[in-house]
Amino acid sequence: MNRKKLQKLTETLTKNCKHFDKFEVKCLINLFYTLVGDVTERQGVVIGLDRNAFRNILHVTFGMTDDMIMDRVFRGFDKDNDGCVNVSEWIYGLSLFLRGTLEEKMKYCFEVFDLNGDGFISKEEMFHMLKNSLLKQPSEEDPDEGIKDLVEITLKKMDHDHDGKLSFADYEQAVREETLLLEAFGPCLPDPKHGVPSGAMSTPGI
Amino acid sequence: MGVALTRSAQWTAAGRGTRTLETTPLNEAILKEIIMFVESFIYKYPQEAHYVFVDPLEWKTNLNPSAFESGYSVSETTVKSEEVDKNGKPLLFLSVPQIKVRSFGQLARLLLIAKNTKFQEAQACVEANRNPIAKILGLDYDTLTEDSSKVNILDKIIKEDDPEIDMKMKIAMLLKQLDLHLLNHSLKHISLEIRLNPGTVKNDIELLKRFSGKGEHTVLEYIDYTSDYEFSNGCRAPPWRQVHGEICYVLVKPHDVETLCVTCSSEGVFLNGGKTEDEGEINYERKGAVYKDLVTFLKEKSAKFSENMSKQEFAFSEEQQKEKDQPNEEPKKEEAITFRKAVTGSDRSTQEKNQINFGKTRMTKRLEPSLNWKATVDSKERRSLVRDSQEEKHIGRLEKARPSVSPGRAQIVRKSAEKIEEIISESSSESEEDEEPPDHRQEANADLPSEYWQIQKLVKYLKGGNQTATVIALCSMKDFNLAHETCQLAIRDVGGLEVLINLLDTDEVKCKIGSLKILKEISHNPQIRRNIVDLGGLPIMVKILDSPYKTLKCLAAETIANVAKFRRARRAVRSHGGITKLVALLDCGQNSTEPAQSSLYETRDMEVARCGALALWSCSKSYANKEAIRKAGGIPLLARLLKTSHENVLIPVVGTLQECASEESYRAAIKAERIIENLVKNLNSENEQLQEHCAMAIYQCAEDEETRDLVRLHGGLKPLASLLNNTDNKERLAAVTGAIWKCSISKENVTKFREYKAIETLVGLLTDQPEEVLVNVVGALGECCQEYENRVIVRKCGGIQPLVNLLVGINQALLVNVTKAVGACALEPESMTIIDRLDGVRLLWSLLKNPHPDVKASAAWALCPCIQNAKDAGEMVRSFVGGLELVVNLLKSDNKEVLASVCAAITNIAKDQENLAVITDHGVVPLLSKLANTNSDKLRHHLAEAISHCCMWGRNRVAFGEHNAVAPLVRYLKSNDTNVHRATAQALYQLSEDADNCITMHENGAVKLLLDMVGSPDQELQEAAAGCISNIRRLALATEKARYT
Repeated sequence: MNRKKLQKLTETLTKNCKHFDKFEVKCLINLFYTLVGDVTERQGVVIGLDRNAFRNILHVTFGMTDDMIMDRVFRGFDKDNDGCVNVSEWIYGLSLFLRGTLEEKMKYCFEVFDLNGDGFISKEEMFHMLKNSLLKQPSEEDPDEGIKDLVEITLKKMDHDHDGKLSFADYEQAVREETLLLEAFGPCLPDPKHGVPSGAMSTPGI
Repeated sequence: MGVALTRSAQWTAAGRGTRTLETTPLNEAILKEIIMFVESFIYKYPQEAHYVFVDPLEWKTNLNPSAFESGYSVSETTVKSEEVDKNGKPLLFLSVPQIKVRSFGQLARLLLIAKNTKFQEAQACVEANRNPIAKILGLDYDTLTEDSSKVNILDKIIKEDDPEIDMKMKIAMLLKQLDLHLLNHSLKHISLEIRLNPGTVKNDIELLKRFSGKGEHTVLEYIDYTSDYEFSNGCRAPPWRQVHGEICYVLVKPHDVETLCVTCSSEGVFLNGGKTEDEGEINYERKGAVYKDLVTFLKEKSAKFSENMSKQEFAFSEEQQKEKDQPNEEPKKEEAITFRKAVTGSDRSTQEKNQINFGKTRMTKRLEPSLNWKATVDSKERRSLVRDSQEEKHIGRLEKARPSVSPGRAQIVRKSAEKIEEIISESSSESEEDEEPPDHRQEANADLPSEYWQIQKLVKYLKGGNQTATVIALCSMKDFNLAHETCQLAIRDVGGLEVLINLLDTDEVKCKIGSLKILKEISHNPQIRRNIVDLGGLPIMVKILDSPYKTLKCLAAETIANVAKFRRARRAVRSHGGITKLVALLDCGQNSTEPAQSSLYETRDMEVARCGALALWSCSKSYANKEAIRKAGGIPLLARLLKTSHENVLIPVVGTLQECASEESYRAAIKAERIIENLVKNLNSENEQLQEHCAMAIYQCAEDEETRDLVRLHGGLKPLASLLNNTDNKERLAAVTGAIWKCSISKENVTKFREYKAIETLVGLLTDQPEEVLVNVVGALGECCQEYENRVIVRKCGGIQPLVNLLVGINQALLVNVTKAVGACALEPESMTIIDRLDGVRLLWSLLKNPHPDVKASAAWALCPCIQNAKDAGEMVRSFVGGLELVVNLLKSDNKEVLASVCAAITNIAKDQENLAVITDHGVVPLLSKLANTNSDKLRHHLAEAISHCCMWGRNRVAFGEHNAVAPLVRYLKSNDTNVHRATAQALYQLSEDADNCITMHENGAVKLLLDMVGSPDQELQEAAAGCISNIRRLALATEKARYT
């Protein structure tokens, strides 16, 4: 990609992105192209990170492990649902990932947890997300009992309108009361304990 | 217990039949320990309690068969226990008077039945069964425990896989433990008994020699050995006396007593029969009590010695200290400690060896220095070790508490020395919270609330869940009412505390936050605090203080603030470097540029500082922590935080300062850092708690005059005065009145308080207030009433009645202040009339009987103006039956302040002729004369005044001369205090009416001194001195005249 094009791209993306300055955007674009690798630019083919490449980044850089959650994060990044994260999605996603406000993050996390995208996190969805969260005790008759109980506990804690599922309003209220519940059903944001990879992001603010 | 019994217990000399235990404190202690062991056996080891002894323990009992109740079949002369062994034989069989017991269970029950006589029973049992282990476990076990070859024991266990052997082994171990315990116990007794060795005696004598000689200020006229020959072991006593433990004989001549011939023996120091004139032989017979060392002995025998010693005490003990630090002079105490250490620390064989060594050491009276010790213990620890015997007890206790595995002797010594230092260093402000509350765990089968089960479930998820599940469980747990004890204890009882603390040690920020949020709440419970410390939670939390996440730092600091409410916790915080880190948190408030987008785990810098200050506040209750905070540079940071306007930050900051202001170094720093200004500013705050702590801090700091002025200059007196009007909050009122009290020590402040009408308000507070407030209010009034105007105000406001009413209290601090205030009021005749009418003088007089010297002295001071200003004072004083005798007897006190005050009171009493006659009959003259050898100028002043007034009766002048009061009085003229000069000159003038006294004065060089006094600007002094000289001169002329006619 020539320099002029790059500069233009940087400028447009900087304009649309409120959390990064120009220099940071430039660095991230460079990083993006490094990650994508040498793919010759051709008309009609979108340059981007496919699901596997992206999951690899999530795993290596942000320390995520849960396959399902990683898939959901990919979907969260891939706004246009074309199966790969292009450069503007990359910048947009990272700005939320690294610098997002609580409101942005809540919105994002809710989308991640709302597996079928119907605007509610249902009991089944919760069960699905939490099913690996407890150590299986071989002695127990029903191995899922603990998970079910955990789902009930979560509902009791977060379902303020008692309709048996979490709406965004329920979720938002619970998170505002207790920030720890932001990632209630699995880590979908960078773990604060992991270092921030690039020099461009040296002011994580945490 | 075999070893302990054979080696430590003191048996009567072998003789007819069975030997018996002597009744010595050591034996009693051993028996008590044994009784305790047996009694608790049944609870601690219920299974072993049923074990049947190989041979029964058999002895003659005094118990009556009728004493046995259920569980026994009782006939007239026999008792059988219903509990039987495998063969059906009863485990307890009594056939008067022989008793046979075959299990620990029965032994314990027997002791229970014996109640008051259990001590005798135990003694009889031990006496009759000289080798209880052999009887209990069989002969082979006895030898086995003796050589303590653990390998043997193990072999046995492996070879014979028999449950009974197992049981036997366990009992053998238990008995061995008891044995060890008894040995340690008895060693403590033994170590107290060794007192002197030739080395220390020699030191004492050499030192005393240095301070002896002719003249005023020496402690003794001379001190010397009776014999010049020193044996190679350091003793000077002839060998046949050395056998009795005697070391040497010393001739001592104190200033005020005859020459004493003293025996120094290893038991102590005592007076012997003296040296016979003709043969120079010493009568070795003991003639008096045994004292622990030479100095104590002499202090008892010679008043002059003890007085001069107190002057030189410091120098002397310092010398002694140095002496002890010199190599090759092993202080005995240290030896004892090292020795004890060895016993606890090492195994049986060393123990035995040491015991033998110990015996030898005692025998030869020469203690070997242990090089090991010398090399590793530095001088600081050494000092802390030789401080005093009380601390030694500490060591003893600590040792007992420590498990008995020791990697290196010196290391343990060092540790325990540190511990001692810490124990001593704790400040007096420890609250009752420090006492360990009884740990009542919930009964397993009691009705458990539903929360209990829910919490148990959550803890299960905490244990077995990943990060996501853990966070959910933590959040859910937080929804319980964590302020409630049921929930707090439930979390602990289901093992939640361990999990929560473990979570702190992980990398998961969210889990740490969640866990700390719960710990912060439940640590309000004192038991939980202790559990957290026991589980090692504090070091982890201290480590979290370094975390980059401010939320985490805050939570950790807040939790530490809750946990560090007791001493052990505070020590743990300090020893893990927590103080420095907490002080560092205070520094957060500086960079004002907060990041624009705060992250999830971000809090404001002020919040961090607040939490830091909160934790420091808790920690600052220990003295060592105060020091640590200061060393970590905490004071400037606290001073800077004081400038903020955030009340929730200010409260812990001022709280910390107030706590620390008990230390002199802090008060200086508070002055230097201009903290007073801000304290005053915050007095004007709206927040009551803040006001309280500010006032408290001012109260602490205002001991210092400059600080008092600063409070005034910054306008702090007005808010203080106005806060007096709000009496609802008693804590704040106590703090405010305290601050007013201390501030009113400065006259200028009193004037201000008068302007602000504070005195009237204070008088109003004399009724219906708690004691803490009263003490301060009365203290403030006492200071204010030093001025005439204020006395009038107090009287006009009707303050005298409540003050006099307070004279009947029991609070010592209050009484000291009340007497002072009443005394101050009595300076004014009109007030005095009221006090007299209210019978205040009688109340004051009865306070002379108060056990506390401060109260006595204060009451006696207060009596002086009363007697001065009362109408018909003489009659009033006489009306107190036994009152005069009481006052005179107080002259026997050994408290200087009491003596001075009583002398002042006597001065006033003696102004009335009749009363003077009465106190003369009660022997005031010899008692006053006895005090004459004092160095305190205050006492000298009042004593001289008392003497001059007491001269006015009968032959008292002559009597003072006969009791050797004149010569010391002359010496008073060399003092630097003009008050002393005046009083002394007046006394001498009175005494000089007697010819013999004139001669004494002349001999002691009074004339030259008095001549100087004649030139003094003080008129009274001039007159008295001149009068005295003229009396002396007149006598001289008369004698000359007599000689020539």
